[in-house]
Amino acid sequence: MKKSANVAQRDRIVPAAADDGSEKEEYWMKALVAVKRVVDYNVRIRVKADNSGVETANVKFSANPFDEIAVEEAVRLKEAGVVSEIVVISIGPAAAQEVLRSALALGADRAILVQSEDEVEPLAVAKILKALCEREAPQLAILGKQAIDDDSNQTGQSLAALLGWPQGTFASKLVISDGRAEVTREVDGGLETVSLALPAVVTTDLRLNEPRYASLPNIMKARKKTLEIIPAAELGLDIAPRLTTLRVEAPPKRAAGVKVANVAALVDKLKNEAKVI
Amino acid sequence: MASYKAPLRDMRFVLFELMGGDDIASLPGYEEFTRDLIDPVLEEAAKLCEQVLHPLNRSGDEEGCTFENGVVRTPKGFIDAYRQFREGGWTSIACDPEYGGQGLPKAVDTLIVEMICSANLSFSLYPGLTQGAYVALHGFGSDALKQTYLPKMVEGTWSGTMCLTEPHCGTDLGLLRTRAVPQDDGSYKITGTKIFISAGEHDLTENIIHLVLARLPGAPKGTKGISMFLAPKYLVNEDGSPGPRNGVACGSIEHKMGIKASSTCVMNFDGAKGWLVGEPGKGMRAMFAMMNAERLAVGMQGLGVAEASYQGAVAYARERLQGRSLSGAKHPEKSADPIIVHPDVRRMLLTQRAYAEGCRALAAWAARSLDLESRHPDPEVRREAEDFVALVTPVVKAMMTDLGSEAANLGMQVLGGHGYIREHGMEQYVRDCRIAQIYEGTNGIQALDLVGRKLPANAGRLLRRFFHPVSDYIEAKNDDKALREFVEPLGKAFTRLQQATGAVARAGLRNPEEAGAAATDYLRLFGLTALAYLWTRMAEISLPKVGDADSDGFYVAKVATARFYMQRLLPQTGALFASIMAGGKSMMAFEEAAF
Repeated sequence: MKKSANVAQRDRIVPAAADDGSEKEEYWMKALVAVKRVVDYNVRIRVKADNSGVETANVKFSANPFDEIAVEEAVRLKEAGVVSEIVVISIGPAAAQEVLRSALALGADRAILVQSEDEVEPLAVAKILKALCEREAPQLAILGKQAIDDDSNQTGQSLAALLGWPQGTFASKLVISDGRAEVTREVDGGLETVSLALPAVVTTDLRLNEPRYASLPNIMKARKKTLEIIPAAELGLDIAPRLTTLRVEAPPKRAAGVKVANVAALVDKLKNEAKVI
Repeated sequence: MASYKAPLRDMRFVLFELMGGDDIASLPGYEEFTRDLIDPVLEEAAKLCEQVLHPLNRSGDEEGCTFENGVVRTPKGFIDAYRQFREGGWTSIACDPEYGGQGLPKAVDTLIVEMICSANLSFSLYPGLTQGAYVALHGFGSDALKQTYLPKMVEGTWSGTMCLTEPHCGTDLGLLRTRAVPQDDGSYKITGTKIFISAGEHDLTENIIHLVLARLPGAPKGTKGISMFLAPKYLVNEDGSPGPRNGVACGSIEHKMGIKASSTCVMNFDGAKGWLVGEPGKGMRAMFAMMNAERLAVGMQGLGVAEASYQGAVAYARERLQGRSLSGAKHPEKSADPIIVHPDVRRMLLTQRAYAEGCRALAAWAARSLDLESRHPDPEVRREAEDFVALVTPVVKAMMTDLGSEAANLGMQVLGGHGYIREHGMEQYVRDCRIAQIYEGTNGIQALDLVGRKLPANAGRLLRRFFHPVSDYIEAKNDDKALREFVEPLGKAFTRLQQATGAVARAGLRNPEEAGAAATDYLRLFGLTALAYLWTRMAEISLPKVGDADSDGFYVAKVATARFYMQRLLPQTGALFASIMAGGKSMMAFEEAAF
């Protein structure tokens, strides 16, 4: 994979047709979007009988909702003429092609599956995405803020650090202009707006947009778009898990509440029973 | 109120495992439709139905349509929902690609129609009526008419209606009075009043294309004198855009028991400009082409409501704590047991489930036959499929709507007092689906069609398209030990059906009123036997898959539902048989004055 000079890529200008039929020049801005195949948010998860994990056989899978928001944002940027090409990437088993086809049906141009049947942790995902960013040279990497299966909230941040790119996480608003991204972030205290030089990493939060429904003609057209499959091992990266799951248990059933006689009794229970203070 | 979730797992089972849907892609013109295209299409349709259409179901029922100064407004949210539906390409799914359609196989389209009916039955009528008008125009219109009107109808920018019924004639269309007078420019002036016109007037599209049955001057009385015409709400300009208003207007809308968000209109044609569709005097033929397609669609309404009601009832039965199980408390830690422990509640739920899943299989069989009829290269296969569709259409329409009504009532019953309360949504299903037993040809008419037209047709040729596969199957599975508990009752029901068929045919020859007296019971006997055959085949497919590979218990449940159907529902065939064999004397000898 070639290492590209980001400066040269940012200024990559291509000939295009202007409205009056003459030639003009346009920025060629590529956006890279990552989509994870996760257990559907509606599914009532059950723990496996041997407590080694959750039951995933015959369970419904979908695209991570925050990643759908990322795809939608990229498509809107393309419709606004800001982004010229959307490459959507998934890292996972062969079945992850479904979420890629969905993204293609929504408006992405090209898809890449980095195929791995084993678990790939956020740091490893970030390493893989870094390698693909070096190959594809996007100006914008848009990720969901976290996956709903592990709630890690690490991948976008790790990717930015590995690439040395600025990051705007928990985006509820994104404006691209003059080679910069203005990201409004949802933080504990309210909203914070940061200005990032491109290329940058943005992670999406719930209020950034409402994803569209794929139209039937687009679902059918999506099958003709390119879906490249790269076996994870081919990238030559160390993506082995750093964590070993020892045991998975269902949370304890909610017990009935208890009425306490006075504040002292409450403090005592909080300290000695619930052990939270 | 439980939210509807499209039963994709069961739909895929029926399409691919029961009906061998992987071979759809081998039919000429359907090469694209492999599983990896069908799956995302079904997923997206499910999303649209669950997230856009279903949330409007209750509110649409409470608000209903409003009529003021000739203008009909649909309930809040419908215009936007229809826009999303149209922009998503869903109005065009089953239409001819030559006019902008997606050309989806019927096998897939049927599943999507079911989802729309479950999610919002009122909404389904707007694209549904357009589809009916499309079928008639596509099959019988001139090229000029088709070019002018079909593309926008397929796209959903214009909608369509079927204007047949008049105040004094519904079933007996031969009595209709609407007149069409030829004009010098080749068009016609149409005058008359039509009633019960679904989607006759609304605010979802910029034009409405009415297909109207009318009589030409000098045309013979009765059905032979009927022609079909096309009259748009707005005349169409040279450039294809809607132009001046035509002489057709909505006089009023009906206040109905159900499907309240569907505008059911009185349409007044006042010298409206129209054009002939097909040949003069051949209007009924064009109408029947549309009607047969619509009859299958109405059957899907029954199925859709049964499924939606079942889902609501199950959710309630799992949560509602009342009383203790008859055999001792099953959840002693709770204040009472969830009502799903009670036998009578299970009876109701399983009845809903067995009917819904069985009817889904029957609809899939009909849909597959439609695809074979239109696409299979072998003309013999096409003819067999055509025969089967003709035979089974009245059964799909009448039985699936009757069972849908029964299921909806059971679902309401499961909720007890809360079932009677509008907010919970269950009584709406009862009200919404009731009309399905009446329109598009009442279920009594369907039964007469089966017994009077389809059974004797071509010396029983249509009938053999059902009888032969079933009897071959029963014979082939004779020695199958695992299937015996299914094949035996199937065989018994089938024998009753054969005997009843012979008896009705013979009695009907001597006295047509005997056939009429037997018709409704016969149709149910036929339909229940068809379901028994399908349940046996579904059990056959599922039995080997029970076990380690069945981690979500789908196949175990399928076999268990089959068992319930065979043991607790199929025995109705014995009673139906007895009724049929008793003959019609007790009804026909009853003095009219004594009623």
